[in-house]
Amino acid sequence: MAHESYETLDYDIIIIGAGGSGLRAAVEASQVPGLKVAVVTKSLLGKAHTVMAEGGVAASFGNLDAPDGWQTHFYDTMRSGHFINNYRMAEIFAKEAPERVLELESWGAVFDRTKEGRIMQRPFGAHTFRRLCHIGDHTGLELIRTMQYKSLHSGIDVFQEVTMTKLLVQDGHVAGAFGYFREDGRFVLFRARAVVLATGGWGKIFKVTSNSWESTGDGAALAFRAGADMMDMEMVQFHPTGMVWPPGVRGILVTEGVRGEGGLLRNSEGERFMQTYDPERMELSSRDVVARSIFKEVQAGRGSPHGGAWLDISHKGPEYVKAKLPGMYEQFLTLADLDITKEPFEVAPTCHYTMGGLRVDPETCATNIPGLFAAGEVACGLHGANRLGGNSLSDLLVFGRRAGLGAREYVSGAPDFAPVDQAELEAEMDRVLEPFHRENGINPYHVHEKLQEIMTNHAGIMRSGPVLEEGLNKLLELKDQARNMSINGSRIYNPGWHAVFDVENMLLLCEGIIRSALERKESRGAHWRTDYPDELPEWQKINFVESYDGEGIRIRTEPVNEMPEDLAKLFTYGKAPGLVQQSGGKES
Amino acid sequence: MSEEFTLRVWRGDKTGGEEVEYHVPAETGMVVLDALHHIQHNEAPDLAVRWNCKAAHCGSCGAEVNGQPKLLCKTRMDDYVGQTVSVKPMQTFPIIKDLVTDVSWNYQVAKEIPMLEPTAPAPFNMQQIDADRVQEFHRCIECFLCQDTCHVLRNHEGQRQYFGPRFMIKIAEFEMHPMDGADRVPLLAHEAGVNMCNVTKCCTEVCPQHIRITDNAIIPLKERVADRYYDPVKILLRRLSGKKNAPTGSSHKVSQ
Repeated sequence: MAHESYETLDYDIIIIGAGGSGLRAAVEASQVPGLKVAVVTKSLLGKAHTVMAEGGVAASFGNLDAPDGWQTHFYDTMRSGHFINNYRMAEIFAKEAPERVLELESWGAVFDRTKEGRIMQRPFGAHTFRRLCHIGDHTGLELIRTMQYKSLHSGIDVFQEVTMTKLLVQDGHVAGAFGYFREDGRFVLFRARAVVLATGGWGKIFKVTSNSWESTGDGAALAFRAGADMMDMEMVQFHPTGMVWPPGVRGILVTEGVRGEGGLLRNSEGERFMQTYDPERMELSSRDVVARSIFKEVQAGRGSPHGGAWLDISHKGPEYVKAKLPGMYEQFLTLADLDITKEPFEVAPTCHYTMGGLRVDPETCATNIPGLFAAGEVACGLHGANRLGGNSLSDLLVFGRRAGLGAREYVSGAPDFAPVDQAELEAEMDRVLEPFHRENGINPYHVHEKLQEIMTNHAGIMRSGPVLEEGLNKLLELKDQARNMSINGSRIYNPGWHAVFDVENMLLLCEGIIRSALERKESRGAHWRTDYPDELPEWQKINFVESYDGEGIRIRTEPVNEMPEDLAKLFTYGKAPGLVQQSGGKES
Repeated sequence: MSEEFTLRVWRGDKTGGEEVEYHVPAETGMVVLDALHHIQHNEAPDLAVRWNCKAAHCGSCGAEVNGQPKLLCKTRMDDYVGQTVSVKPMQTFPIIKDLVTDVSWNYQVAKEIPMLEPTAPAPFNMQQIDADRVQEFHRCIECFLCQDTCHVLRNHEGQRQYFGPRFMIKIAEFEMHPMDGADRVPLLAHEAGVNMCNVTKCCTEVCPQHIRITDNAIIPLKERVADRYYDPVKILLRRLSGKKNAPTGSSHKVSQ
């Protein structure tokens, strides 16, 4: 093959991914004068999947419900995660979230207000109190735009539209990352003393998904191949309410804010079916419960015409709906010719979030590879078996900051740039260019479609041992075929070429999901197995951790960290701490 | 509905290109981006088109459909029944490939705008009515369709003289923030070039987020510049004496 060249760029810290956590990490890392920090993203700045978050950012200000506090936020997060969360992450998270939200406010985010002029908070599924700070139904847009402008003013270099194909590790330490600029296909080596991964999840493994094209798990797969541990891979969240009709919009998110603002779910018989599944919390039950309930109603023949449930917010009146849910109003009007202020609309579960990911240290977000950090959806531990709505945005801020801090502290004591293995880079360039030279290969888009079909049929919302086994076989077969992916055209902005690497990443992660799902022989949170329908206490004590040696995935169990007494006590009152203390007045 | 749609998609790079015809099977509710994906997945895997969310939240897929700046994910194919749908890249920005343009200029401009400078630490005490005024501008998804359609930026090589509508609303967002203490009026009058806008409202028309860019951001910003730099009494006297030309091209807003 012809001799290829590459550009070399040196940074103390590179952050891969420019969503909420990546940008927050970058801002934190750049606080040390003289430290060179770069953000590398595969999209344009400000387009990351964070932009699609709608409902809000959870932080226990108690602006409307005074008894709220970090203890209750912690309690809700652990309970909804079915206690396989890392308690320390949940504790840090609940304690630091309010401060991070106020930071956003001081950087220019403008949240909806209460009558008293404070940040407005809306109710959301399985949050004990009204807790989600929001801007109509475009909170993610507000977060990313605020962080984007803050980053641009923090002396950080941003490299847009770069595909990273390999994470470089030398002598057990991270050494940088290698990839190419999409604009013209030229190769680039980022030498770095620390790398923060903030590349998000892998929701694109399902056909019906609320996720943008970006969510292909690149960072997770890169780190997995480089030797990082993945955890809780079986845990994939299906959001109960995605759009259903017309076909082209199937899966697009309908914010939980619709139910937060009073939306009602009904089946084809007009019955508020959540009465059957969670009479106490009804529509505002946790996402795993509501998604499963809709799924069961459809299975029982009580679905809406296109296989979902009816969601209705029209009783709140056009003015209210347009003010609080402007995006939803517009989305249905434009894409589905339907006025949600006047009539109910169909919704069905859609793949939304991957709770599993890189196993990290709660304090610093460090992975098991020295110099490699991870934050946000690519990391694992905070959400356990099911993520609460609104916890993702505060996760990005809390752990984005901690990852930036962790990386910053790491480089202050770390050695200089690790040497780069020239032969490794030569081999990588050959590998990356190979799809151009294969003849009669398979189209990467078609591999992606097949992968989505396998995951939907074999590892979706409802799982069982034999079906998962069959899925694994099909997936491994597809993985074999995918070795022959080929593309045409030039290296200039060639989406087919980019898709090859997205697909390779997803194939690896899907295998991790199915293997982990086979191991967890119970039902817990988002992981529902019909052959093991009950949640079993002994499984609450373990997380499944996976590692990859280049050939195969190895899976082991690790004990779930045990909570210290003061935290464990919060779960002994029979109700949320804030509700216990309510009679004793407002907590601090 | 007809069984298939006909599209003419501009294919090429900075060295040149041409429209190529494709036929795509019709599906209920299909948007232009769906049609392009069909082409990409089945006929032309290297067809370059930016997109992220396909839900009109991210603003990646701006292009020109039958000459109109549009989001591809929000433009329905059945709006063009019986017509050939022509899809071209945004014309204001340099081409990279096919429908993808080099919008990096916008990110350079973004760096020039000073951030919010709070007059007190958060939490702020702010009424919803004050928030409403700026929240409109926060709906911007940076699709740059307003920049694409702005004739100052498009035809007059004005990218050195005017930041464009997107950045007028960005400045307005900070300027009208009740807790902001910074002064961006000199920036507006000089580098940002608010006076270059002559209020044709094309930007407002193409905004997929329905932000009233001209009325709610640009005109009030022009007024701030006028208040600072041009004494209205003198301008009034000049008007009365029949002299049309103010020192710069901004006097037409002063009388409002």
